[in-house]
Amino acid sequence: MATLGFYFNAERCTGCKACQVACKDKWDLNTGVTWRRVVEYSGGNWVANSDGTYTQNVFAYYVSVACNHCENPLCVQVCPANAITKREDGIVIINQDACIGCRYCEWNCPYGAPQFDEEQGVMTKCNMCYDAVDAGESPSCVAACPQRALYFGDLDELRAEHGDLAGVAPLPDPDITQPALVVTPHRDSAPVGSNAGVLANPEEI
Amino acid sequence: MSDTQLFDDLVTNTVMSRRSFMKWSAALGGVAAVMAAGEMGAQVAQAQELPPAPDNIVWSCCTVNCGSRCPLRYHVRGGTIVRVETDNTGTDEFGMHQVRACLRGHAIRQRIYNPDRLKYPMRRVGPRGSGEYERITWEEAFDAIANKLREVVEQYGNEAVYIQYASGDAGSILTGNFVTRLMNCYGGYLNYYGTYSTAQIRAAMPYTFGSYVATNSVEDIVNTKLVVYFGANPCETRMSGGGMSYSVPTFKKQGSARVIVIDPRYSDTVTAAADEWIPIRPGTDAALCSALAYVMITENLHDIEFLNRYTLGFDREHMPEGYEDQESYQEYILGTGADATPKTPAWAAAITGIPAQRITQLAREIALAKPCFISQGWGPQRQANGEQTVRSIAMLPILTGNVGIRGGGTSQRDSSYKVAVAGLPTLENPVTTSISMFTWPDAIVRGTEMTDIVDGVRGKERLDVPIKFMWNYAGNCIINQHSDCNLTFGMLQDDTQCEMIVGIENHMTVSAKFSDILLPDVTSAERYDISPNGDASSMGYAILSSPAIEPMFECKHIYDICTEIARRLGVEEQFTEGKTLEDWVRTVVDLTRENNPDFPEFEAFRDMGVYKVTNPGNPSIALKSFREDPVANPLQTPSGLIEIFSPRLHDISQRWVLPEGDLISGLPKYAPCWEGVSDPLRATYPLQMIGHHYKSRTHSSYGNVAWLKEAAPQEVWMNPIDAEARGIAHGDLVEVFNDRGRIRLPAKVTPRIIPGVVSVPQGAWYTPDSAGVDVGGNVNTLTKYQPSPLAKGNPQHTNLVEIEKA
Repeated sequence: MATLGFYFNAERCTGCKACQVACKDKWDLNTGVTWRRVVEYSGGNWVANSDGTYTQNVFAYYVSVACNHCENPLCVQVCPANAITKREDGIVIINQDACIGCRYCEWNCPYGAPQFDEEQGVMTKCNMCYDAVDAGESPSCVAACPQRALYFGDLDELRAEHGDLAGVAPLPDPDITQPALVVTPHRDSAPVGSNAGVLANPEEI
Repeated sequence: MSDTQLFDDLVTNTVMSRRSFMKWSAALGGVAAVMAAGEMGAQVAQAQELPPAPDNIVWSCCTVNCGSRCPLRYHVRGGTIVRVETDNTGTDEFGMHQVRACLRGHAIRQRIYNPDRLKYPMRRVGPRGSGEYERITWEEAFDAIANKLREVVEQYGNEAVYIQYASGDAGSILTGNFVTRLMNCYGGYLNYYGTYSTAQIRAAMPYTFGSYVATNSVEDIVNTKLVVYFGANPCETRMSGGGMSYSVPTFKKQGSARVIVIDPRYSDTVTAAADEWIPIRPGTDAALCSALAYVMITENLHDIEFLNRYTLGFDREHMPEGYEDQESYQEYILGTGADATPKTPAWAAAITGIPAQRITQLAREIALAKPCFISQGWGPQRQANGEQTVRSIAMLPILTGNVGIRGGGTSQRDSSYKVAVAGLPTLENPVTTSISMFTWPDAIVRGTEMTDIVDGVRGKERLDVPIKFMWNYAGNCIINQHSDCNLTFGMLQDDTQCEMIVGIENHMTVSAKFSDILLPDVTSAERYDISPNGDASSMGYAILSSPAIEPMFECKHIYDICTEIARRLGVEEQFTEGKTLEDWVRTVVDLTRENNPDFPEFEAFRDMGVYKVTNPGNPSIALKSFREDPVANPLQTPSGLIEIFSPRLHDISQRWVLPEGDLISGLPKYAPCWEGVSDPLRATYPLQMIGHHYKSRTHSSYGNVAWLKEAAPQEVWMNPIDAEARGIAHGDLVEVFNDRGRIRLPAKVTPRIIPGVVSVPQGAWYTPDSAGVDVGGNVNTLTKYQPSPLAKGNPQHTNLVEIEKA
């Protein structure tokens, strides 16, 4: 069976967050629980010239990221309650009836995908809208993307079409968990691990 | 639970999730049966359980004033909207693509089921703005409004009645227009001209081109070599996935044009659609354009044949008849005119902050691109010198002969194909007098002093009466979106001046709190409506909204409200023509079909929700026929030509009375202005402040939605150089202030804004604390109420401020 993954085109993303909010609406998420998040990465310097003008090399781009339904999901490995499983199609799902809310998965996921819902006392996470996928439809974030920057599908096909880049700064090293993610970089994308810029919206994610 | 307790509960709820809404619904009991009792238990779910299956899906529309327009598909279960999808019809092939809502449309459940929803008619009991109200019946409300309206019209005449500029329901044909129709049935009302969006550009461009014409279709980017955007930001101001935010990057990709964005901010349009960002100081675009002209003229890169055939005023040999002794554009630019200042790149560099060498190069790039697509957003014109700015930017396509050709344009905002939808017949207004939409506070406090040559009154030399009665339907310009909130707050306290303000709203907005009678309106989810498309490039469409849920609480549709008032004023028959609201929807469809037989009939339209058409013709080229034959197809200027020197503006400059420092001139010139880059006031307030459109709001609409406040919190953008000088780090709470007020909000320290400039996202809700500090962070607490010279428009990006750590 094909493994499913997300495709993200950083060239197209405007950081609008329609993906984030469409997800929150479908799954009725509380504030503070955000399964798909949009990271702003920016950098560059300003140099003041003697005539009062400025020269700069500023850049900025966005990365929309949810659970990457990794080939090597650390969340599954560390869960003491065996509450997280990986489906045959690769979708990683939390069984909330089994979850004890210990948050080990959250601490171990380099993407911060599993998130604790204080109100319910259990972990929550992107499930790739498995209900829609099973019905032959798209996850809500993909269906909502105004810029057509976000797709999902057979990971092998996505890699064949768009290459096998699985991360840009400020995402973590894909070697850690082998995410089911394909990224087309922005013209200014810095490689994973780069310190060319900074994560510019920490308060939003 | 008592009603008061319930309301307290609601206002302390920051998130109105399905779960908490269930609790709310249960508590409401008989007050509003928004949910069948049997549904309660079934949906109190763990977050990761599946969303409830809908009983039905209803097409609706987000109607706020963003310039896009998105269909929404409400999943309704047990009388409650449980989820919102957007357009998912068709194959999404570009040209008939899905009109996908932005984040705001996806958050609309929190706008519909919002703790701020108005629930029943109310009468003010405390001072204006206090928000102190008593509940009254609808009958009492209708009587109070009709009685006061009759009294004001009898005592002062219809010119004393004003329908406030409002755009909270801009995408709707069948709401606010009913207020207009009602007033036209009852003798009329004082008109306004202009808009808070486009006052200066719409006032100024007709003097150059004869009319305000959008430039070439945006798909023309495919046919050009170079795109230069002045302050244009489609990716943040037209955010729909059916709109410009999607179209502009798509067309850029299809063609080979280089895209340059000139803007004080590195906007998301730079992120997604540009090759280069040229940061510029606000209000200085005209200086840049003058220097670009200087390079073109001195290097002989301008199109002299075009100038000679199609324009007046470029050089001494082509001055308009009767104005031969006036300065020509070439003389102004070269410094051989009155100011004896050559507009060199070095001169402009010191003003704009752009290095002289880059200005020189840019002039050559624009002149040699052939063709070059130049387009301006509406930010550059929303300045104290905005009229000069728009005419100066327009000089670039004129100097280079890019007007009227494929891949070129007029420099105005790009245009889109539209499906023509008939309007609601609102009848004629017998009153012809009008004021600038920005000057209504003056019309209240000193109306009879307002004149044509000082205040831009049109249709009369002087207003006969001040505004005594004001309608405000779905509008937040009474305080929040007008300039200088604190000033306006004070002006409105005297309720013997404007004797009645009638607010009709969904939420307890800042402006709603200034209503004397405040009426709860249904939301777009609770009504029929028709919405024409927003800017969507080559695709036109129209949306038919059907009611997804029953009106909440005691909310009423504006048609029903106006009908009751019309009955009391004795004009019901003329107002309604015996029709229900649904009848009016059918009337609009029928009127539309008279001109466009392909447009679907009502039932078919209702079932499809959104009706789309790809432009059957070619992409538009502005002023194409004029370019082909200027004699046969003259412009609407007095000369029929492009008037670089406008005799009409020169005449106005001789006649009108302007505040010192304001400039109206026959030629487009760089005009230093109050609180501009060279104002000595910078010694006290060194930072220029602008206000950008923000993803979490459309103006102030959606400003009370938790998911959106979380996604994009209010913040002030400032450059690290300015932040460091003030000891401010990213995320610090700061205060931005000037003589007009003080706001408190977190700092976004980012290289994405030019040093010396800060930007406060516009539309946040004005929330003064007990010390008068606006903790909502509204930019208009700091903006100045001084109408611009020609348009008498809002200069809301012209401000000086200082910032300190809170």
